[in-house]
Amino acid sequence: MLTSTLLLSNQLPTLQYSSTPERFDETWEAPLATLLGLGRAAGADFIELFLERRNYISCLAEDDSITSISPSLSTGAGVRVFRGKADCYVSTNDLSFSGLKAALEKGLSILGLQLPTPKAFIPEINLELLRDYATKRGKDAWLPVCSSIREMGEVLLDGTANLKQKASHVQSRRATYFRDWQEVLIAASDGTFARDIRLTQSVGFNLLCADGVNRASIGERAGNTSDANFLRTWDSQQAAEKIAESAGKMLYADYVESGTYPIIMANHFGGVIFHEACGHLLETTQIERNTTPFADKKGEKIAHESLTAWDEGRSENAFGTIDMDDEGMPAQRTLLIEKGVLKNFLADRTGSARTGHPRTGSGRRQNYTFAAASRMRNTYIDSGEYSIDDLFTSVDKGIYCKKMGGGSVGATGQFNFSVDEAYLIENGKITKPLKGAILIGEAKEIMNKISMCSQDLEIAPGFCGSVSGSIYTTVGQPHIKVDSITVGGR
Amino acid sequence: MPNINEIANSAKDNAEKLGIKKFDIYGSTVDDTSVQVDQGEPKQVKASNRSGVTVRVWNEDNTMGVTSTTDVDPKGLELALKTASEASFFGVKENVPDFSPEATAPIANKPQDKTPQAPVAELIERLLVAEKELLAAHPAIKGVPYNGLSQRDIDRFYLNSDGAVRTESHSLASVYLYSKTEEEGKKPRSAGAFRINHSLNNLDINGCIKETADKTISHLNYEKIKTGKYRVVFSPEAFLSLLGGFSNLFNAQSILDNQSLSTADDLGKEIASPLLSVFDDALHPANVGAESFDGEGTPTRQVSLIENGVLKSFLHSAGTAKRFNTQPTGNASIGAKVSVSPNFYHVFSTANPEEELSLETAENVIFIDDLQALHAGVKALQGSFSLPFDGWLVNKGVRTSIESATVAGDFLEVLKSIIYVEKEPELTPGGVCPKIWVNELSITGE
Repeated sequence: MLTSTLLLSNQLPTLQYSSTPERFDETWEAPLATLLGLGRAAGADFIELFLERRNYISCLAEDDSITSISPSLSTGAGVRVFRGKADCYVSTNDLSFSGLKAALEKGLSILGLQLPTPKAFIPEINLELLRDYATKRGKDAWLPVCSSIREMGEVLLDGTANLKQKASHVQSRRATYFRDWQEVLIAASDGTFARDIRLTQSVGFNLLCADGVNRASIGERAGNTSDANFLRTWDSQQAAEKIAESAGKMLYADYVESGTYPIIMANHFGGVIFHEACGHLLETTQIERNTTPFADKKGEKIAHESLTAWDEGRSENAFGTIDMDDEGMPAQRTLLIEKGVLKNFLADRTGSARTGHPRTGSGRRQNYTFAAASRMRNTYIDSGEYSIDDLFTSVDKGIYCKKMGGGSVGATGQFNFSVDEAYLIENGKITKPLKGAILIGEAKEIMNKISMCSQDLEIAPGFCGSVSGSIYTTVGQPHIKVDSITVGGR
Repeated sequence: MPNINEIANSAKDNAEKLGIKKFDIYGSTVDDTSVQVDQGEPKQVKASNRSGVTVRVWNEDNTMGVTSTTDVDPKGLELALKTASEASFFGVKENVPDFSPEATAPIANKPQDKTPQAPVAELIERLLVAEKELLAAHPAIKGVPYNGLSQRDIDRFYLNSDGAVRTESHSLASVYLYSKTEEEGKKPRSAGAFRINHSLNNLDINGCIKETADKTISHLNYEKIKTGKYRVVFSPEAFLSLLGGFSNLFNAQSILDNQSLSTADDLGKEIASPLLSVFDDALHPANVGAESFDGEGTPTRQVSLIENGVLKSFLHSAGTAKRFNTQPTGNASIGAKVSVSPNFYHVFSTANPEEELSLETAENVIFIDDLQALHAGVKALQGSFSLPFDGWLVNKGVRTSIESATVAGDFLEVLKSIIYVEKEPELTPGGVCPKIWVNELSITGE
């Protein structure tokens, strides 16, 4: 045994560890347990080590050429040290025992903690048996199965050829793909010891059409987690048809007339409304900062009774799917709102400790340079009881938001998001395309105005930026009706 | 991290072993520390020492491959060179990126060296004081939910197999404060400010506190604004945000890719009001983060983009410069496809306006302080924007905060509709710029 209750502080420099360099496996237990013990001996209340290895590649096709292939390899670790209410996060590229020890020492010293004296005992940290989600689900075999560089190029060039065939007034055609393979290992002084591999892929189009006066640019993206064959199964022809149709309609669209309207928001990426208007405000990070109006509303009605919403980590192959979070906790399905009543918040370890809400397997981070924070995974409004026709016939004059762009929410709960493809609704019917719309509102108000949900729940991939960086998430919803919202335009 | 000579020697040894004759490497190492506080207590301290390099390899058919890695020991560099070499066989065959012709040109103006970093305890103490002063500035200010004080040392290098070697180092310290109000019966309001300098001792923390407090307090009494067309004054930061959102106007690579609002034929055309001049000036004295060379080793410089409303030149990499038969401008990043981006804007006017305008005398103008959600509301390829903003309705010097509104328009029309460029420049993270007056824009309120 390399860790022992008899280990003395002055023996550390003589220890020889032989961890497997190309894989995070059981051989990492002894050095990590020793470092955790060292941190505890120095007086830290809690220590977490996050190790990461990444193999990323992106590929870009423009018109009829591959113009960029960019591989990226990275390794690194983050050490988080807690003392009382304060915590410190130190990251490093050096995964050797001495490199991790130096990072730990830096974190300890920042919090005013001294390394133990040479003859002090290093407490034994008994890590659990490695919870290895990667081995359990055969994820070690994923990377070699993924598309080769040659195959990436062929698929993307087929894609841009399809765009050429389907679209008119084309000024530029782009197809983009990335594959992000990530192996993580987490060890913490509470005994957490877990490993996982994540494989995230995304492919999509960007199309710019112009006729000399009018211009329309539009993008469409598909995403997947856990399917090594994803790129081979992408239907680029169907995707090209869809984006060409949208661009054609938006090229000659009128600018939206600003004002307050009822809107119907499509399913799929329409779910960004819940992500921005409510999802972020249910993260314990927001409670800690006092930037959510929902902090003390658990058990209370915060939304229309037609609305039930979930955040979960396990939807098969969805973009925000994780087997465990970045703190080693198994992902779970979290009911956020049930028939308008707030049921749960999304909590990471720190958020749970500081706010009292139970952890939900939501501690996520972009990479080893970030400490984990409470973040969304696959977040969606559940199906309702209405048909899409019911929604449309309830609107005399409003806007159909068919394709959403991005958005954001501020410290006061005010949110906004743009609409990439919109149509005017008159007397329950779509009459003409509109462009330039941006929706703004306040979370507390808008949640009570989502009055109708149809039965056609669909999810879509997205990227979410916040305190722990940019992460892969899913948004989703059925078609929904918002009774009124401010629409910015010209 | 190994030093520059160790990386260079290791790269050369590995390249030779792998049969690679032509390569270049750009890399950096960053050592930074940042602190946050919350209600009088330290919240989180972050420290990192991270490095990364990007290697490019040309094969015997002169196609190029690239790989980035954070592992810069000899084994990591070998793997990166090998991966880049493999990728090179799938590289572009036309307009292949090449070494910058200026990668070995002498650099006259090298940024200053690093300054010693302050102890973490001092960072925490200074930020705690800042938070305390901000909370004391007004009873309605109940929190500073976003705050941070950081210091950073940066080392950068570029080298290539033709003998180019460039290095530079500098230090930065920065602070941001973002406070929030709560008042009975009123909506919460918020505002923030940011400061940056070479060292903690020279950092204007007091100015940051005052600006944050003044702005936040000025939003306490807010009103809705009626939808309509208004004369608009952009703060320096807001105007530079908008300019940055449409920077494809000046981007030679975007023009070659048909991803720009400009074309190669637009040089010499009047695209803006004669009152407006815009330079990209990495070496401007106010640019505390100035870098003396870009990702291809090209020295940075002052580039005239718009002079008295006329489009004068574009930003170039070595590759775009060759295709435009001109010189690179020091705006490139290394990569499989070299990207081009602005360094530091300098906006000013040399023309005489028809009339002097002032927020002290103007009636019913909208002063936009901060534009939000640019990632969503700017349609860079269409030229249009629709953005929420923080700002005030200003009437003869009296400011009334606007509760919630958006501003929308076409950026090329905005450039033409500029009626006044104020004289007093202000330093922002993206450049130096005065307030900019635009004749009329659509505002959506109630």
